[in-house]
Amino acid sequence: MDFLLPADQMAMLLWGLRTTVLLFTVAWVGAFALAVILVTVRATEYRPCRWIVDAFVAYHRNVPLLVQVMFWYFGMPEILPEGIRFWLYDHNAEFSLAAIALALGSSAYQAEDIRSGLRAIPATQFEAARALGCNYLQTMRFIVVPQALRISLPPLVGRALLLFKNTSVAMAIGVAELTYRTREIENMTFKTFTVFGIATVLYLLGTFALMGLGAWLERRTTPGRKERRHA
Amino acid sequence: MLEIISNYWLTFLIGQYPNGPLGGLAMTMIVAVLSILMSFPIAIGIAMARLSAWGWLRMASAALSSFVRGIPLLMLIFWCYFVIPIMTGYAVSGFWTLVAALTIYEAAYLSEVIRAGMAAVPKGQTEAARSLGGGYFLTLRSVVLPQALFNVLPGITSQFISTIKETSLGYVIAVNELTFAANQVNNQLLTQPLQVFTILAAIYFLLCFLLSRGLSALEFSIRRKRGLI
Repeated sequence: MDFLLPADQMAMLLWGLRTTVLLFTVAWVGAFALAVILVTVRATEYRPCRWIVDAFVAYHRNVPLLVQVMFWYFGMPEILPEGIRFWLYDHNAEFSLAAIALALGSSAYQAEDIRSGLRAIPATQFEAARALGCNYLQTMRFIVVPQALRISLPPLVGRALLLFKNTSVAMAIGVAELTYRTREIENMTFKTFTVFGIATVLYLLGTFALMGLGAWLERRTTPGRKERRHA
Repeated sequence: MLEIISNYWLTFLIGQYPNGPLGGLAMTMIVAVLSILMSFPIAIGIAMARLSAWGWLRMASAALSSFVRGIPLLMLIFWCYFVIPIMTGYAVSGFWTLVAALTIYEAAYLSEVIRAGMAAVPKGQTEAARSLGGGYFLTLRSVVLPQALFNVLPGITSQFISTIKETSLGYVIAVNELTFAANQVNNQLLTQPLQVFTILAAIYFLLCFLLSRGLSALEFSIRRKRGLI
């Protein structure tokens, strides 16, 4: 790669990619866990629970991600207890706060995707499973969730792609991810086309890898796959 | 917080105007409306190319649209920021850079929406128009597009709302829009970031929430007038 960029700059760029991937992974896991909790809370009959979840989702869908990130980075530390605040500033506060903002933002969308997947399962499926003697957890585990997950998989993959691309927004608060490193090296070397070209290819590789993973998961979860293979 | 609003509401609304450049919410809206208007014809063009009878045109347009949709908007903004001046030889302002980047980005996403709408128009419609002697463009303009665009109206409005939110990225290349104005206010006050960014988030929320509600109500009333519900 030396003909494109000196090795140390290439290493900087790849280090940025590592941060991007790390940020994406942390935020995605957090977002998915939170989305499952949101869906569960919203499914309860207790009305205020629903309002809170709806307000949470509406906020995160109608406010730009950059503003959410800035809110967490500039605003939130002000109301955190001093101990936590100092600990954060000692431990890469930009990264953690960006990850929190990204996770919260993505969880709102993922919750909607999961909820519409669950809604698509006819109530009779649930009733039939219960009538056959499954308890609530078994019904969810073996009947409802596998079907719902299959339906919500394509939108969830789309969300993951968006989240991967949106990690670039974290550069605005100084997280040294791929876009940040790209600008930094561009500033140092003025090799605009080379640096941005490499970064663009890296992002494209990331999105294509995620798309491939999504297609693989979809194939795996489609019923009748084994029959077709043996036929 | 009320004090900040009463002192700085004009900055949030129009930036330094009339003593300086126009900015704030007004600039955000100008960028968003301009980008979506410019991206619309391009999106229709890409959608036509993706449904074209020529294989090479389908492939080229699909490659273009997945390229644009595969990179972060911020990357595209930086590409425009650095490449447009080199290509055209002119120093382009941040405003036009942002509008150009958003136009390309939204055109790629909007073309997917419009393509879905065009593909959903029954084939018999096209065949009938063609057998009545209508050419490709006449069929498209007076038969396919009017139905397709009306059917994907919800997708188009939600793309418009996304555009409004995405204008905030102009902050990174110092375009004088709402997020930029809020950061200026924050830098003047220095001690109240939580309040300033709460106000900023509230403005975006009210704008996007009310706009999406308003547009879907409008769409609903059109549908009812046409007897579709």
